[in-house]
Amino acid sequence: MNDTNEMVLEFESKSQNESFARTVVAAFAAQLDPTIEELSDIKTAVSEAVTNSIIHGYVDCVGIIRMHCKVCNNELTVEIRDTGVGIENIQKAMEPLYTTRPELERSGMGFSFMEAFMDKLEVESTPSMGTLVRMKKRIGKPNVLKDQRAI
Amino acid sequence: MYNLRKQGRNKVDGKVAGASFETQKRCLIIYLKGELDHHNAIQIREEADKLVEKNHIKHIIFDFSDTDFMDSAGIGVIMGRYKKVIFIGGKIAVTNVKSSVDRIFRISGLYKIIEKHDTVDAAMKSLI
Repeated sequence: MNDTNEMVLEFESKSQNESFARTVVAAFAAQLDPTIEELSDIKTAVSEAVTNSIIHGYVDCVGIIRMHCKVCNNELTVEIRDTGVGIENIQKAMEPLYTTRPELERSGMGFSFMEAFMDKLEVESTPSMGTLVRMKKRIGKPNVLKDQRAI
Repeated sequence: MYNLRKQGRNKVDGKVAGASFETQKRCLIIYLKGELDHHNAIQIREEADKLVEKNHIKHIIFDFSDTDFMDSAGIGVIMGRYKKVIFIGGKIAVTNVKSSVDRIFRISGLYKIIEKHDTVDAAMKSLI
């Protein structure tokens, strides 16, 4: 049995929406009955991706950030998409401590945290078109009893 | 939060949305409130730097009693302050760190350059 549930949220790339975005995803993920630690991981990863879109994607302007979340069985998928400047070299951008905005005291740890706290991270980007970050995380262990009942 | 009040150390020297600030000798104590992300980091950074300059601050303590969320922006704030005080022999300490914030510090490797103490008092004793 495939239990799926999806939601889409669009919001402006303003820094006050960082906490809004991660809180929404955490609330949506609550249906998977995550541990406090798992919720904390999700919030951090979402916060990093959304902050990247705000600071790096829409450098001097306000744009729209689109967040698409899906739960399927025990897995949460979060897609965060902007139509900002995009990333020239994704591999370099993902290197720990690499940042293009040192004057903003960016630590260069954003992608490292997304990788550390989620099970899977994919980044697609085209310069001047925008960036898509897709993250997946399995919550808890598969519910064996429920699966057996479905069969 | 102001457990220092009992000892007469209750001077609040600055306040922004995400934190309140207190100076003791040449030590700045930043009591973080709520969540430390990029949005809150901007104001905290500005106020901290203002107080560091005005009060000839050498050491900085970040107290996390009222904070259970931090992302890489918090790492940026702490590293930025570290770079400022290191030149005058200053140190950075964090106190009352909860497990969610502790994981961020451990993964980032920040404990190599900052001290962790249970309480603000313990950090003060170690730094001064």
